[in-house]
Amino acid sequence: MSDPAVDLGRAQVGDAPATEDIKALHVLRRGFAMSPELRRCMPVIAAVGLFAAVGRLIVPVMVQLVLDHGVIGPDGYRPGLVWTLSLAALATVLVVAAASRFALIRLVQMAESVLLGLRVRAFEHIHRLSLATHSESRRGVLVARVTSDIEAMAMFMQWGAMSWTINPILIVATLAVMFFYSWQLTLLVLVLHLPLLPYLRWIQRRQIAAHGRVRDRVAETMGHTSETVSAAAVIRAYGYRNAVRARLDNAVDRQYAAQMSAFKWWAFMLPVVDLASSVALAAAIVAGVTWGEELGIGAGGLVAFVFLVRLLIRPISEIGEVFDTTQAALAAWWKVMGVLDTPVDVVEPDPSDAEELPAGPLAVEVRDVSFSYRAAEPVLRGIDVAVPADADVAVVGETGSGKTTFVRLLARLADPTSGDVLIGGVDLRAVAPDSRRRGIRMVPQDGFLFAATIEDNICYGRPGATEADAAAAVEALGLRRWVEGLPAGMRTPVGQRGGRLSVGERQLVALARAQVADPGLLLLDEATSAVDPETEEALAVALAHLAQGRTTVSVAHRLSTAERADLVLVFDDGRIVEQGRHDELVEAGGVYSRLHQSWVGNTRRAAPRV
Amino acid sequence: MSRYRDGLARRGFRLIMRSVRAHPIPHAVALIGALGFVAATVGTAWLLGWITDHVIIADEAERTRPAVAAILVIGISVASGVSVLMRRWFLAMAELRTQRDWRRALLHRYVDLPMDFHRERDPGELLAHADSDVNTATMVLKPLAFAVSVVVLVIVTMVALFVAHPLLALIAAIVFPALAVISRIYTRRVEAPSAEVQRRVGEVSEVAHESFDGAVVVKTLGREPMEVERMRAASQRLRDERIRVGRMRATFEPSIDALPTVGAIALLLVGAWLVGRGSATPGDLVLAATLFSLLALPLFIVGFFLEEMPRSVVSLERVDRVLDRPVPAPPAAGPRMLPEGPLGLEIEDLAVGYGSRLVLDGVSLQVRPGETVALVGATGSGKSTLLETVAGLNDLARGSIRLSGTDLGSLGPGELHEAVALVFQEAFLFADSVVENVDMKRGRGPGDVTGALGSAAAGAFVDALPDGAATVVGERGVTLSGGQRQRVALARALVRAPRLLMLDDATSAVDPVVESEILANLRNGLDTTLLVVAHRISTIELADRVAYLAGGRIASTGTHEELLALDDYRSLVSAYEQAAAQ
Repeated sequence: MSDPAVDLGRAQVGDAPATEDIKALHVLRRGFAMSPELRRCMPVIAAVGLFAAVGRLIVPVMVQLVLDHGVIGPDGYRPGLVWTLSLAALATVLVVAAASRFALIRLVQMAESVLLGLRVRAFEHIHRLSLATHSESRRGVLVARVTSDIEAMAMFMQWGAMSWTINPILIVATLAVMFFYSWQLTLLVLVLHLPLLPYLRWIQRRQIAAHGRVRDRVAETMGHTSETVSAAAVIRAYGYRNAVRARLDNAVDRQYAAQMSAFKWWAFMLPVVDLASSVALAAAIVAGVTWGEELGIGAGGLVAFVFLVRLLIRPISEIGEVFDTTQAALAAWWKVMGVLDTPVDVVEPDPSDAEELPAGPLAVEVRDVSFSYRAAEPVLRGIDVAVPADADVAVVGETGSGKTTFVRLLARLADPTSGDVLIGGVDLRAVAPDSRRRGIRMVPQDGFLFAATIEDNICYGRPGATEADAAAAVEALGLRRWVEGLPAGMRTPVGQRGGRLSVGERQLVALARAQVADPGLLLLDEATSAVDPETEEALAVALAHLAQGRTTVSVAHRLSTAERADLVLVFDDGRIVEQGRHDELVEAGGVYSRLHQSWVGNTRRAAPRV
Repeated sequence: MSRYRDGLARRGFRLIMRSVRAHPIPHAVALIGALGFVAATVGTAWLLGWITDHVIIADEAERTRPAVAAILVIGISVASGVSVLMRRWFLAMAELRTQRDWRRALLHRYVDLPMDFHRERDPGELLAHADSDVNTATMVLKPLAFAVSVVVLVIVTMVALFVAHPLLALIAAIVFPALAVISRIYTRRVEAPSAEVQRRVGEVSEVAHESFDGAVVVKTLGREPMEVERMRAASQRLRDERIRVGRMRATFEPSIDALPTVGAIALLLVGAWLVGRGSATPGDLVLAATLFSLLALPLFIVGFFLEEMPRSVVSLERVDRVLDRPVPAPPAAGPRMLPEGPLGLEIEDLAVGYGSRLVLDGVSLQVRPGETVALVGATGSGKSTLLETVAGLNDLARGSIRLSGTDLGSLGPGELHEAVALVFQEAFLFADSVVENVDMKRGRGPGDVTGALGSAAAGAFVDALPDGAATVVGERGVTLSGGQRQRVALARALVRAPRLLMLDDATSAVDPVVESEILANLRNGLDTTLLVVAHRISTIELADRVAYLAGGRIASTGTHEELLALDDYRSLVSAYEQAAAQ
């Protein structure tokens, strides 16, 4: 079988272009374009910053005012003025606190809504991706994209966002006040901070790339964790524990190493920033003392100015404190964007042009269809087949001959690489998704069930299905006695993936789930492979009965299905090599007759012919 | 469970001590760095006071040269920078190493705990424990060194204030009881919603994992819109809970922020009055105000620390609920107890159940060494459960299983897995190469692996893969067809040359021609006891004897011909005939 394994490990969802290329501004621009709610946050963010900034600036302003006018001014100690100033400051503090509270609440509401939107969108997009893409990706990695990555952003929203809102405003406000005291000294301070810019840019680039690698490692750990949990039985039955533990340890260690390496950039960033600020402070003192008179700044003014420079250092280092979280969030955002950028192979038609499938049994026409996964060898080549409505078709062939892919194309789990699939006379690509879901139903080999009750799982077969519908489906397939034998009947919980039921039982539920939809085209991909012969035959009879008014295409290894079919399609290496009725094909002595001989040999040799 | 009822502060302390005990050196170095930073901060404040008095306000004649001040300012800053580096680097090391420890311990539990654990736990939830819960549990360590060291800052500041002016020091001290009261109210209220947030994070992870795991079925059912709604609902619950916590923080944070400002106002009021009376100098007041402004940092850091603690504590408790599960001790490694060659199997009055439901109830079966027994039974009759129990995956509710006379439970580690192999009905392949999937890290030669693949009739298609046996298959082996997966899984069992081989309908997805080939290989090439779940006559015929499983017990054993006398058995196994005859 030519398969998508070729690209494995390279084309995982979300691992869009090399991590090195993450550009913070690019991520921000796209992020804002994708979540327009963010723009509406901006006024609130500005308000939060402004309030907090005012709150923090009260103290130095007070010190200066009280000192200059209330204590060492020409009039000496002026209790009235001191009291007035103090009460005014207190009132400001209370207003600021109340306003900050309001703004903070608004901020968290908006931030959480943006994250919610992003998470749901990424999740939705992942479900739109083709089966090939899903096959290439690890579950845990996909889960990481909608959990861990979004959580990294949430972490930033909780700690970093506030810092980025308050501190720039504080910096600007402090600079403004400094400017008021002495524009010359302020310029001096600013100029001395300039060399930081290229340095920070240099660090920032490396840091964000390092965080991109952290996200990859986290996803890898989650991928291994998910696999370990899914493979619990195999690991235990084969004594594979030590190897799995080693593999997990390795993943955890690699994650740790990536985190530490991302961290080093941050650790070295702040001391340098601090140093620049101190140089600026020292220069301001020297200049202020030396040229105080020429600059028109008095002793009180210089004291306040020095205080202000100190005040400037704090917001700068606070931004430094959250720089790491910020870069982690940007890298995570980038990863989520990578998911949203993964192209969707199966594009739904425009709702205005979409067509409906006709009611009742659906004819199938496949015209010169070829299919290959990615750039791999074709899995199907030049398939041409017409199935009249209401027919019962069996698809047989060796494993890997393309049978499953063929049925998947009929359910539009993928689109043909070339050629057309017409269902009920309509090009499948033009059929409205809802109509397709109602009219066509595929029961895959994998009898995956949701962790709910049997009844819920059956009802999932059709939106709006009721308990009565579920019961009717079970009855129609003759499964009532089996259900009644279960501890809680229809209400029996089936566990993760249906794990509390046997594989065969899961297939029974999956079949009932398809029955409840009552589709015009039913596609069975070895849907009863794990069921015992007696039950399988009983189901075959029930399905044949139900097949009145429905087209059925079944992939089967158990050729009893083929014996009954109106048409047998024999696949070999991606082509239909024979087609016709069972009897004709046995006569013809080709591929089918060989398969059938083995089947008869395997199932009937010892049983007396009655 | 008493520890969950202790106060939050105690639980937080225990959390911290777990990390400190495991990584004392990084924590200690980080603390030294933090203390250095505090010293540098105090030094800077003192220096600025000194500069104010001796450089800025001083008369021309007594003025110290400003260059000296500049050198001192920069010198202290360099010291401060080094201390910051120490604190950050070693604190990150302590935090991330603690994460690594807890994450490893958790993942090891996932590997070591019995199957029951996985039957009751949601994989998505387990993922959330290993990611979000562990991350959040160590959040409180971030401000730890800082929070401890600022206590020193508080003491030094208060002493300095006291020296400067006792009354001013007293005024400043009122902020501490205020901080204690505010924090206590906050941490108490935020604990329950924080735990709820983590639970909701787990829930989102559960929905995501299940939904992606069943992606094929979701597609075939056209359930994408419903799944998106399910995710939206779970995410909304998480958002709402986060907003609830956010509201509490929105009260807490501005209060903490306002605290130093309110204190400063009080200080200035009193200070100005004292300066007016002449009992304090303006320098005293500036010094006091500067010193007091130093308290803003400790208040902020301690506030941050207290804010983080409830989240961390509740997250670690979620992790601990897994870590506290005892791992059953494997029997001590003793001498090999199993004889060479094919093994006998003796099952007596075996009962096995999931929860309260007994799937097997009174199974007794004897299989002689080298014998091949077919296990036949209707769907859901307990065939898989029986094989899984013999493979050591299930606890016994009653009865006993012995391999050639040795009780299953007394076998040393590894001995069971070497002797017994079970091929599951649903073949699980790892996202690894075909070779690794067969060999499973035992380092067997390529000849062994190729041989096993050949016996499992997998040689031809594996050779045709892009990289042959080195081809990496997708997770769960999804890039292979069902029949191909089953054959690789069969090779995995055959390569171990097991002495008891159990096949659980292991060729159900293989086409008839290939199945015949595999059966022929099994018949001719194996020196083993074989227990095989069978539906097709060909497989049943392979067996020396048939055990018919019905109603949770072995209803009958005998040759196929003998059992055909039973109506139930006959109608079960000859269903295809009956159908063909009609």
